[in-house]
Amino acid sequence: MSFVVNGNAVPGPADPRVSLLDHLRETLHLTGTKKGCNQGACGACTVLVDGERILSCLALAVQYDGREITTIEGLAETAALHPLQAAFIEHDGFQCGYCTPGQICSAIGMAAEARRGVPSHVSADLAADVILTRDEIQERMSGNLCRCGAHNGIIDAIQATMAPAPTAETSAELAA
Amino acid sequence: MTPFTYLRADTVNDAVRLGAGETAAFLGGGTNIVDLMRETVARHETLVDVTRLSAAVTETAEGGLLIGAAATNTAVAEHHGVRTRYPMLSRAILAGASAQIRNMATVGGNLLQRTRCTYFYDTDGSHCNKRAPGTGCDAREGFNRIHAILGASDACVATHPSDMCVALTALDAVVHVEGRDGARTLPFGELHRLPGDRPDLDTVLAAGDLITAIELPPLGVAARSTYRKVRDRASYAFALISVAAAIEMDGDRIADVRIAFGGVAHKPWRATKAEPALRGELASEAVFRAAAAAEFADARPLRDNAFKPELATRTLAAVLAELAKGDVA
Ligand SMILES: Cc1cc2nc3c(=O)[nH]c(=O)nc-3n(C[C@H](O)[C@H](O)[C@H](O)COP(=O)(O)OP(=O)(O)OC[C@H]3O[C@@H](n4cnc5c(N)ncnc54)[C@H](O)[C@@H]3O)c2cc1C
Ligand code: FES
Ligand code: FES
Repeated sequence: MSFVVNGNAVPGPADPRVSLLDHLRETLHLTGTKKGCNQGACGACTVLVDGERILSCLALAVQYDGREITTIEGLAETAALHPLQAAFIEHDGFQCGYCTPGQICSAIGMAAEARRGVPSHVSADLAADVILTRDEIQERMSGNLCRCGAHNGIIDAIQATMAPAPTAETSAELAA
Repeated sequence: MTPFTYLRADTVNDAVRLGAGETAAFLGGGTNIVDLMRETVARHETLVDVTRLSAAVTETAEGGLLIGAAATNTAVAEHHGVRTRYPMLSRAILAGASAQIRNMATVGGNLLQRTRCTYFYDTDGSHCNKRAPGTGCDAREGFNRIHAILGASDACVATHPSDMCVALTALDAVVHVEGRDGARTLPFGELHRLPGDRPDLDTVLAAGDLITAIELPPLGVAARSTYRKVRDRASYAFALISVAAAIEMDGDRIADVRIAFGGVAHKPWRATKAEPALRGELASEAVFRAAAAAEFADARPLRDNAFKPELATRTLAAVLAELAKGDVA
């Protein structure tokens, strides 16, 4: 078996017990993806599979044969930062940085879900288009814990990048 | 984790053939079974990956929906027909776990996920009849805040952790199963068991039985329905108590109603006593509370969960009041 990680074809694991997380970190030496709890409770290990966010610690690598995996190392297309990475710096979206790769991969998956119209637990109308308010981002990102408590900065960074806040003109229009 | 062989099934027949026997298990998204195997709560020699079987959500001839067991929890929650005709099901799924887990988790795996009783997980230090039959139950006299108040036994006081299953119970869903002797269906309410003296068995399925689909019957009352979950934090936590409810009003009178509770028993709990107490009545707080009282008359709270009957009662009353007014989308 083989899969594609950040655009490169790579071999699968030798043992089916190996999680996608351990395979990325220990075999492929992509250590950007972090191991927090190893039991699905923190989100530090979040990666994108065919654009969908998943937890690599609960994923058996063998199951992902033929799939395209994107980790924090593969987000930016050039040497420059991905806009969301830059926004995390700008908005103080971290302290120690341990949860950050998972937060960023998760937010990118989250934005795609919102564009597709996936509702959330706090959506008042299940059938309406999604507007990424602070409440919506908070709920949709609840699978990513930050032990340093940088959540406010994290939400600011996501909101600024994925759901630009109304400018002076647009809020004047809204008020009118 | 003990070593295992990984096999992938491309057809239902393959899956049933490969998954036969006591030492094999099916693999959905892996979000529960991988954890259980890592903790050595579960030891399987073969895992048969069933995520490439049907994940389709299709209309049935009767006007309901057929949901392939490999559909992800996210795919079901976002399906337009589910959102508009069975909103309690979308809401129940969206109240569970996290988005990453819902993207991985399958319908089949959600139904068969195991209890979150901490003694069940604690292989080194605790007695648990569900994990190791005959060893005793440390939860009965231990920390049992999250445990059952209805239908428990001396052997086991665990609760079923799923949110989705609470809605499926209320919606009269039907489970499609493929086993050694071919295909069969069973009403959702008969899938999960009460513990009795065999708490090691969560369901009536035999080893090797594959869940292939869940069928939602056409159910007008479900259009006005919702799910309310009460938990220790606002998101990403299992339920202390949850309520799935649907109502159809005739003026101020309750024409029809469906109710199920989560967090109260070893199985998702259909409120067979509260429902008849509500049908035909004028909607009021007193009537809602009386219906809940009928349901919880037999409740046997444990040391740490005496709050549950009242919490469930208040939650039901609040949900029915909103639904009766038509406040819930
Ligand atoms: C941190 C965390 C928080 C969570 N919070 C919640 C919550 O709040 N609410 C909630 O409801 N759930 C919650 N969950 C549980 C989650 O919903 C389940 O783990 C998930 O639904 C299981 O689906 P899966 O496809 O990953 O199953 P797997 O882990 O792959 O399998 C689970 C079981 O189902 C069996 N199985 C799978 N598919 C089939 C099939 N087609 N036929 C027969 N047997 C099958 C497997 O053999 C296994 O025994 C949480 C999980 C985690 C890790
Ligand atoms: S390491 Fe995967 S969720 Fe914590
Ligand atoms: S920045 Fe330290 S855990 Fe989030």
